[in-house]
Amino acid sequence: MEGLLPKIVFIYLAVVLVVTSLLVVTNRNAVHAVLWMLVMFLHQAVLFITLDAEFLAAVQIIVYAGAVLVLFLFVVYMINLRTELKIHNFTVFWPAALFVSVALVILAAQALKDFRAPQPVGDMTPEAIAKVGHAKLLGKALFTEHILSFETVGVLLLVAVLGAVVLTRRIRMIRGEGL
Amino acid sequence: MIDFLRLYDTANHFLLKYLGLSVFKSLVLVGITLLHVAYTTYAERKIIGHMQQRLGPNRVGPRGLLQPIADVLKLITKEDIIPSCVDSPVVFKLAPFISLVAGATSLAVIPIWEHFVVTNVNMALLVVLAMSSLSSFGVILAGWASNSRYSFLGGLRASAQVISYEIAMALALVGVMMLAGSMNLIEIVKAQIESPFKIYAIPQIIGFFVFMVAAIAETNRTPFDLPEAESELVAGYFVEYSGIRFALFYLAEYFGMIVMSMLAVVCFLGGWYGPFEVPGVPMFWFLLKLYFLIFFYIWVRATLPRYRYDQLMGLGWKVLIPLALLNIVITGLIKVLA
Repeated sequence: MEGLLPKIVFIYLAVVLVVTSLLVVTNRNAVHAVLWMLVMFLHQAVLFITLDAEFLAAVQIIVYAGAVLVLFLFVVYMINLRTELKIHNFTVFWPAALFVSVALVILAAQALKDFRAPQPVGDMTPEAIAKVGHAKLLGKALFTEHILSFETVGVLLLVAVLGAVVLTRRIRMIRGEGL
Repeated sequence: MIDFLRLYDTANHFLLKYLGLSVFKSLVLVGITLLHVAYTTYAERKIIGHMQQRLGPNRVGPRGLLQPIADVLKLITKEDIIPSCVDSPVVFKLAPFISLVAGATSLAVIPIWEHFVVTNVNMALLVVLAMSSLSSFGVILAGWASNSRYSFLGGLRASAQVISYEIAMALALVGVMMLAGSMNLIEIVKAQIESPFKIYAIPQIIGFFVFMVAAIAETNRTPFDLPEAESELVAGYFVEYSGIRFALFYLAEYFGMIVMSMLAVVCFLGGWYGPFEVPGVPMFWFLLKLYFLIFFYIWVRATLPRYRYDQLMGLGWKVLIPLALLNIVITGLIKVLA
């Protein structure tokens, strides 16, 4: 009885995740696709909670559902997609794509057949993590052990931000000269 | 005198055992908050009335005290109209619920008193932030699904505004997290009581200021109520809504206001702690601070004119976010030096 509930929850989450992801890519209406993605993100957050990763679950909702998806909606609003709803299909390749995906799934299933989870490394049991606090441990690991990769990601993001600013500025300046 | 605490514990234990969650606590909390929402609308109309040399509602019941109940009855019994050209009836119907549920869920993690919180989670502060960011979906989807120019513009404005001010709000709360060393709201209140000033509003004065401004913007209240600016957008994102669905949006706005005030009380004003214990009412000080903050919201609404949209964005990105970052740096320095 003890082991059954997590399994049921996991199966539910897995089914919903797969179905909603399919709905995201097949939906003709872009806003509906974004909404299905929201449902998917929420289930993903629950999946993180079942793995005792509460911090990731919260960040998943704040960053992905709260910020990224709102930006998606913003973009979908800005481009007029109503006309595209009348076109039957974006591409004619989808039967071939379906075939390739099924083949990939079979391949992955074959590869994962002999997969065995490795023994846990280190002394961080779920109880120990719960005792110290998830955010504290994560912060410590990020800012001591992984400080270099953390800073690199920061610089990369900064480059992206600067690039976006420069691009929009240049377009404005060219337009200004043309007038 | 009946031992309320014991009675409550017994009832709660029973529900916990058979349903696995404290339904009782949640129901009590939601019920009380709904009453608060109803009477906040009354207080708002009364207070603004007095500030503008008017009387405010005074016809229904003594001193107009039954006005909120009459309003609710009217909204419930009104015809539920869905315009024929809505883009998707499902999304149109869903939008007010998303707003309300996201607003109300945060209540579950906010401690009213040391021993009264529906679920005591370690990530409480992040949960509140996550829920407040989700509540913007209701507004945005309402704007889109209505298929009307005014609603759409309101929705667009709301999405940009909420994203911008959420950053400032989260950054303002980082200072509190750093001082308390925890994201658990009960731990934060306890850390405040042990700190030299008893409340974080004094050492975190910049953070408190940024948080209050950002909270007003997050809940779309005057002077940042551009998503529903009457003079240009009729009513913004809920132009096409009527009856009970309109009421849900209204409810969501007030829920948001109460949740933000509660969060400010817990994170900056010392929660349930007060200069002296009030016998029998452990949440007395919490409620007093909460009522003051709600009064502050109403006061601001009666005092300040609406911002222009570019001013709003400028304030968010050029003033509040740098201020919040500065606050983090100062807090870090104090934490390192002390």
